This record gives sequence, structure tokens and C-alpha cells, in this order.
Amino acid sequence: TVMAAPVTNDQSWFFALALGVSFLKCLLINAYHSTDFEVHRNWLALTHSLPAAQWYYEATSEWTLDYPPLFAWFEYGLSHIARFFDKEMLVVQNLNYASPATILFQRLSVIVADVVFFYAVKECCKCLREDKGKDLLGKPSFILTVLLLWNFGLLIVDHIHFQYNGFLFGVLLLSIARHFQNRHFEGALLFSILLNLKHIYLYIAPAYGIYLLRCFCFTQSNADGSLQWRSFSVVRLVTLGTIVLSTFSVSFGPFIALGQLPQVLSRLFPFKRGLCHAYWAPNIWALYNIADKAFSILGVKFKLLDINKLPKASMTGGLVQEFQHSVLPSVSPLATLICTVLSILPALFRIWHRPNGARGFLRCLVICALGSFMFGWHVHEKAILMAILPLSLLAVESREDARIFLILSITGHYSLFPLLFTTQVAHQNISHVAIYNLHIGNVILHLFFRKGGALLNPLEATYLLGLIPLELICEFVYPLTVWQKTFPFLPLMLTSVYCALGVTYAFIRLYISLLTCSDSTKKIKTQ
Amino acid sequence: MENWSLFSLCVLLGLTSRWAVSFHSYSGAGKPPMFGDYEAQRHWQEVTYNLPVHEWYFNTTNNDLNYWGLDYPPLTAYHSLVCAYVAKLLNPEWVELHASRGYESHSHKLFMRATVLFTDILIYIPAVLLYCFYFCDGSSKQKVATALCILLYPGLILIDYGHFQYNSVSLGLALWGILGLGLGWDLFGSLAFTLALNYKQMELYHSLPFFCYLLGKCIKQGLTGRGFFQLAKISLTVLVTFALCWMPFLSDPKQPLQVLHRLFPFGRGLFEDKVANTWCSLNVLIKIKTLLSRETQLFLSFALTLLFILPSSLKLLSKPNLWQFKLALVNSSLAFFLFSFQVHEKSILLAAFYCTHLGFCLFLRLMFFLFVFFHSMLPLLVKDGLLLPYVVTSLAFLFLSLYLLSALERSTEEELRLGIYRKLTRHWLPKLNLSRIIKWKFWFSLVAMAVLSFTSVWLEPPAKFPDLFPVLVSILSFLHFLGFIIYFNLVQLMEPQRKKSQKKTN
Repeated sequence: TVMAAPVTNDQSWFFALALGVSFLKCLLINAYHSTDFEVHRNWLALTHSLPAAQWYYEATSEWTLDYPPLFAWFEYGLSHIARFFDKEMLVVQNLNYASPATILFQRLSVIVADVVFFYAVKECCKCLREDKGKDLLGKPSFILTVLLLWNFGLLIVDHIHFQYNGFLFGVLLLSIARHFQNRHFEGALLFSILLNLKHIYLYIAPAYGIYLLRCFCFTQSNADGSLQWRSFSVVRLVTLGTIVLSTFSVSFGPFIALGQLPQVLSRLFPFKRGLCHAYWAPNIWALYNIADKAFSILGVKFKLLDINKLPKASMTGGLVQEFQHSVLPSVSPLATLICTVLSILPALFRIWHRPNGARGFLRCLVICALGSFMFGWHVHEKAILMAILPLSLLAVESREDARIFLILSITGHYSLFPLLFTTQVAHQNISHVAIYNLHIGNVILHLFFRKGGALLNPLEATYLLGLIPLELICEFVYPLTVWQKTFPFLPLMLTSVYCALGVTYAFIRLYISLLTCSDSTKKIKTQ
Repeated sequence: MENWSLFSLCVLLGLTSRWAVSFHSYSGAGKPPMFGDYEAQRHWQEVTYNLPVHEWYFNTTNNDLNYWGLDYPPLTAYHSLVCAYVAKLLNPEWVELHASRGYESHSHKLFMRATVLFTDILIYIPAVLLYCFYFCDGSSKQKVATALCILLYPGLILIDYGHFQYNSVSLGLALWGILGLGLGWDLFGSLAFTLALNYKQMELYHSLPFFCYLLGKCIKQGLTGRGFFQLAKISLTVLVTFALCWMPFLSDPKQPLQVLHRLFPFGRGLFEDKVANTWCSLNVLIKIKTLLSRETQLFLSFALTLLFILPSSLKLLSKPNLWQFKLALVNSSLAFFLFSFQVHEKSILLAAFYCTHLGFCLFLRLMFFLFVFFHSMLPLLVKDGLLLPYVVTSLAFLFLSLYLLSALERSTEEELRLGIYRKLTRHWLPKLNLSRIIKWKFWFSLVAMAVLSFTSVWLEPPAKFPDLFPVLVSILSFLHFLGFIIYFNLVQLMEPQRKKSQKKTN
């Protein structure tokens, strides 16, 4: 594997970028926040005022604790600082409590927790193959820092919408960086901590499992990169297992001892929700739904279907959680699980046979994240960040990945807009802030790869430019038309279907790049 | 190509910070009966849309001048009219006569903010970019850095997108004027500046430098030959522009007089509120406002203003080059701010604005200046509920300037043009290290400002002096401004003949 290249001494730009984005985050303190704000306030309150034994039983608020125990302890820690801001926010019964001090504290806690993210990004920068260009814009580490720190999705989801993703992704990126630096034990420890902070990262656990087993527990490969069975190291496997198991036992142990495991698990994995989130995430199911709708409309038109036999909700719903398919078969959670597994299996096989080092692992990780996003049950649109952020690392090293990154990040980020639109009108303001930021990554990547022609081919560029008329139509033209009253959900549907095309395309390209790309030495030459 | 991509990033950052400030509160939000500047602008839309032109500036049954009567020149009124048409299209309630008073809603706020952004993008931002592209020294990176600093300049952002005004229009137009003059398109420059003047009468602060620069240039070409024609062309342009702007008011002589009366309300007294100028600060010691008659006040302020502008104007007249012109702009606006009649605290925006355009060599002083300006507006911003954006943007700006332009590294005596002071002080203080003193003074002022900001926001003033903190703030700012006007005047008047670096700017 490639070792970390030495980094240039002058790193003050990193500090400038980090501080700059922190200032921007501070400006957003008074911006609108979603119900997630109340969710986290409630968790602060219940971890502070109740013994741990009741955390997963408490149900005064509808926003019950549904993160793993380590996150609950994190909230518990925060609550001790929160006391100094406003004690009222720590009372479980104070539902929807949002005094200025509460808002200030919660926002600041996100901003400060992002320090972990900053550190992780800095560590990631050390893992890049550094170009010796004098120009700042020619430095991959600079580009990567801009792409990650100024990431538009994180800004929206964390600092407007309200969540702690920056901190969590910090742990993830740090763990990836440790694998790049061959510090596998630390990487594994960090990842198992991450799993106990937020279990959504289970989706990428297969990539970790296969990679660690293949590249770490087997100490040697044959000359052609295939597996050497005899090099298996039991010590390493046992150590890894100990690390993971002890993390889990610290986190879940107390609850198992109290006999609460079934209750905790039922909170963590609620299967009562529908196939798609309120607003469709741009994945395969969005395309599936729209195909179903198209078929049913065509069917009615050509008298193949009886309109009275169709489920009513399917024509007017769209925003209804339980989506009834009228023509195509309905999808069960098990089916989505099978699809997800099938979608990531080839990638896992690939890195088992031809591991291609940490970069291969990273590519596989992105595919796992994206696969689960494409085929998962009740996927939230912000889950796309799990693919976009790690992909940034690859994007600054090769043109092909930069191209995939552009398509994926622009469509994925664009699909986050409805998170903002569904709230009060005034805060549409924020979406404009967002648009500007969205463009920053685009420009900076183009600057970086300015030699050697355009990054995108004409078709892709046209597709991305098509987002502009789409935005104009959905935002300005459609509300003025008569259909606004009868089909209010149509713009959202259009957005998600349009973005789903881009995400699917990026997914396929990424797969092709994984399956075709040979070993890393060849890649360096093409650079 | 690469340059323009970088410039576009600057614009994006500028726009981002503008929008991020714009969803904070505005002046007079939810404070009946008078509200604030936001309501004033909305009211002007209402008046201009519903009333015929000849009623705009008069007190009539439908136009109560005591409720935010129109007191800006005609271009502002036309601008309001255009906005009103758009508003009518979106929601007729916004501009309904009488009924719409004090109208506030989320969507209306969005609309008003969008109008500011629109003019900003149309007028101000292109002017800034062109200015940096053509008239900044240094490499392309430095140009981009300067552009970024100007675009992120917090004073303008907070007043326009927080407090709510359209300063970017008049400033942008004036900047187009400077651009025109700098590029040698004198007619275009004078046209743009005349428009600026007709948008906001405050631009009068700069009219003298413009006038002197153009006149001096014509004199240089010979007043009997080419220069005369040039002068005639320029005056014709100015006159025609003025006539066009004032056309609807020219039918009746009473009209323009009334407009002028509205524009220059001498009845309102020497100063209002707490302004960091001479009169307000002097008022702490001597109650000028009550001691002197209004005529004496008027005369006194006029005489002092003139006294402070004249030297720099004469110098500019004799040596009309761009460098002198820029210095004269600063000096003139400072003089007006400090000594003229009825000054609003936001006028310092003008002076400070031009300072940002003077380039690198004076940067320490400039930054210092900007800070003082910013600070003098603190009471206003706190009143508007804009404390958070104030703190954040000012810290960001301070950091950015220090980082990008590394101002303190550049504060050598040569850079600060302190040669003249060295000559003055050599006799009695031979071992003085001026640049070090200035550095220390910079940090000292910074700390003083931070402490005062803190106390005025979080501490209760003693019962005896309820205005203690605002007065302290304005006196501190006044002292700094006084220092600045002396400094800038000396730099302009004593400017040595040599200097190759200036050749480029000239």
C-alpha cells in the first residue's frame, strides 16, 4: 500500500478554511431548525434527568431515543454543559422548548463537536498523494479540505436542519485515515465506536469486515494479488475481535445486564415505517414508484385497468408514507434487504479477490453506502452524505472519480433542498445560501483538473444544467399554475426522480470503475 | 479563465454571507407605531405607486410626511416605484395605500431582501470586480484577495442586509464613476456619479473630489483649447443627466424647491442620536445645541467642513491623478462626516467604503479605520437585534484581512507613508519607532473596542448616566476619526514626488 506522503509545512490555509466555515455556521445559528432540534433537546433532557435504565423506555415525547447507547452518553455529557446555559431545556416535560439560550447551546454544541471532523479531515489530507505544485489550487489536500469542510450537505443537515453528522463523519473519516496509515487496530476501534454512536453506519460495515479480514488478517498475497491462504494470522483476528466486542460490551453491556436488549433493539430498528420517506429519496424506489404511476395512468387511459379497483391513495398521495403500488408488485422490507445485499456483493467479491489496498477498500465502502441508499428501506435523503463524503477522498486523486463525484454530489445535494422547502416560506432564503455553496465544490474541482479538458461529457453536463430549469419550474413557475392545488407533490416527485437518474448513473459508473480498475500502480501513471 | 473562476468564488462567498445575514432581524421589526428603515422603504413603495408624482414630496391627505416621508432624491423614488410594481404583482396587500402601513410577513421580508440582493448583483458587485481587476496592484492572487475583502466588508452587509437600506446602489454607482474616471472615460464616470448623487444626497460628500479631479484634468489639457471642449462635454453630460432625473418635477418651480427642502432638512438640528462626529462629542463638554443659534451652528459647521476639505481639494486640482483622487475622496467624506450639519451615523459608511479601495500599502491604517467605523455603529446594530451577525462578521473580517492580506507584516514605515511624520518628530524624539507604535496602537484600540462592545451590550449603565456607553463609544470613535483625517490629509498633502509603485495606479 501507498504510505502517507509528507505534507508541506505551510498549513495555515487549513486553519483559515476551518475558521471561515465556522463563522458561516455561527451566522446560521438563528436559522430555522427542524424537528430534529427538539429530538436532540429531548435526548439531552432524558439522559440528564433519568437513570440509564429508563432511557430506552421513556416516551413522554414522541421523539424517543433511537440512537445506540454511546450517543446517549454523548448527550449525557453535553447535558452537563447545557446546565449553564438554561436549566429548563433539561426538563423532559418541556416539549418543544426553544429559548434563545437553548438554541445557542445546541447550535454551538454542533459547531464545537465539528472539531473532530476538522481533525479527521486533516488526517485524511496526509493520506493523499501530494502533488508538489506551488499553487494552492494544485494541491489535492487543499481541494479535499474545501470539498469536505465546506460540504454543502453537512452545512444544511447539521447547521440548519440540526444534527450531529459532522462529528460522526469525523469519526468515520478518521477511521478511514487510520486504515490508510496502516494503523488498522485504531481504525477498527474508531469504526466500532462509530457503530455505537449511530447504527446507520452498519450499511458500510461489510466493506470494513471484508477488508480487515482480507488485507489485515491475511498478511500476504500472491504475486498476482490473489489470496495466500497460509498467511492467515490468528492473533490479528483475535485482537480485532476483542476490540470490537469490548466496544460493544461497554456500550450495550449495561443494557444487556438489565435485560433491556429487546427494547433497545426495537427502538433502534423500527420496521413500521414505509418504503420511502415522506419525501422520496432519489433512489431506485423513486424510479420504481414513478414507473408504477406511469403504468397505472397508461393502463387507465387504454382501458386495461379499472380505475375503481386501483388503490385511491396512489393517485393523490405521493407524500403519504404508506405507498400503495397499483400495477407493479409492492415491495417488502425483506425484498429491499435482498436487493441491497445483492447490489453490494460484487463489490465485496472484488475486494476479496483483488484488494487494491486502502483505496480499493474506500471505493468498496462508497459502493456499500450508495447501494444501501439506492435499495434500502425507508431511506432518508440525507443518507447520501455517507457516499459523498468518502468519495471526496477519491475524487481529488483521479479525473474519473472527480467526474463521478461531480454528478453524485450535485444531484445528491440538490435532492436535499426539499428538506428546506417544506418549512416556512421565509427560510427558503437559506436554500439560496445553499445554492451558492453547492457551486463552490464544482468550481474548485474544475480548477483543480483544469488541464486536460472538461471533466464531464456533453450529455452529463446537459443533465446537470437541466437542474436549473427544474429548479425554476418547481420553485417559481409551478406554484403559479392551476395544478398546484390538485397535485402539490408533483415538484417534489419531479425533483426526486430527476435526481434519482443522476445518482443511479453515478452508482453504475462507480461500479464500473471498481470492477475495471487494475492495481494502484497503473493509476499513478495515468495521473 | 482561472482568475475569473476565483473571482466567481469570491462572489459566491460574498453572496453566501449576504444571505446568511439577511434572515436576521431588520430595523424596527415588530416595533409599532414607527417601525424602522425597512418600513420606510416599504412605505415609499406604497406612496410612489399610489400617488401621482407631484404629491410624492408634499404633505397631502394621502401622504403624511411625518410618517417616513420621502427624503431621498428622485432616483430612489423611481427605484421604489419599480419595486412597487413587482410587489403589486406578487401581493397587492404589500403596497396598498394606508392599509399596508407596518405590513410585515415572512414572504414580504423575503421580497425586500431579494430586491437588495438584485441591485447588489446588478450594480455593486460588478463594479467591485472590475475595480479590483483594473486598479489593484500586485499579482492576480492579491487582486482576488482584495476583491474578497471588499465583498465581505461587514459594514455594508450589515446595513444593507441587516438594518435594511440600499446603500449598495449609491456606492456601486459612485464606484462605477471612479472606474470611469480611472479608465479615462470621463463622460461615463461623470454620468455614473451624477446618478449616484441623484440616488442618495449623501454622495455630495464626494462631489468635490470628482469635480476637482475633472476640472484639474481639463486645466492640464489647457482651458483655451482641448480642455475647454472636454469641460463643456462633461458639464453637458451632468446637466442632461440631472435634467432627466428631475424631469417630472420641473414643470412647477415649487416642486424642485420642495424636494430640496426634503433632502436637506436643516430644521432637524446639528446632530441626532449619538454620532461619532465633532458636534456630538463636543456636546459632552459644551451644550452647543442650546448655546448657539441655529444660523451660527449652520455657519460654524459649514466653515469647518470647508476648512478641512479645501487643502485636499486644492492639491487634487493641481495634481489630478488617481492616487490623489482616491485620497481626496477619503478626506472629503471624513471631513463631511466629522463637521457637517445633521450627520447620520451611517454616513461613515461612505468614508470607510472608499478606504477599502485604497489598496494594500495603507492597509493597517485602513483596517483600523474600518474597525472604528464598525464600532461606531454598534449601538444602532444592537438596537436592531443584529448583535450575532455583528460579532460573527466582524471577527470573520478581522481574521480574513489579517490572514489574506497579512496587514501587520506590511506595516513598515515606508508602507504606511510615515516619512512625513518622521520628519516632524525627528527634532524632539529622535529614537521613535513609529511603525511599532502604530502596531501597538492598533492592538490597543482593538482591545478597547472589544471591551466597550462587551460592556455596552451586557452591562447595565449607571442610573445617573443612562447614555454612558453609547457616548463613550462615539467619543472613542470620534478620536480615531480625528486622527485619521489628520493622517490622511498629511499623506495626501506631503506626498513625495517619487514612488514608482504608484505609477501603476496613476
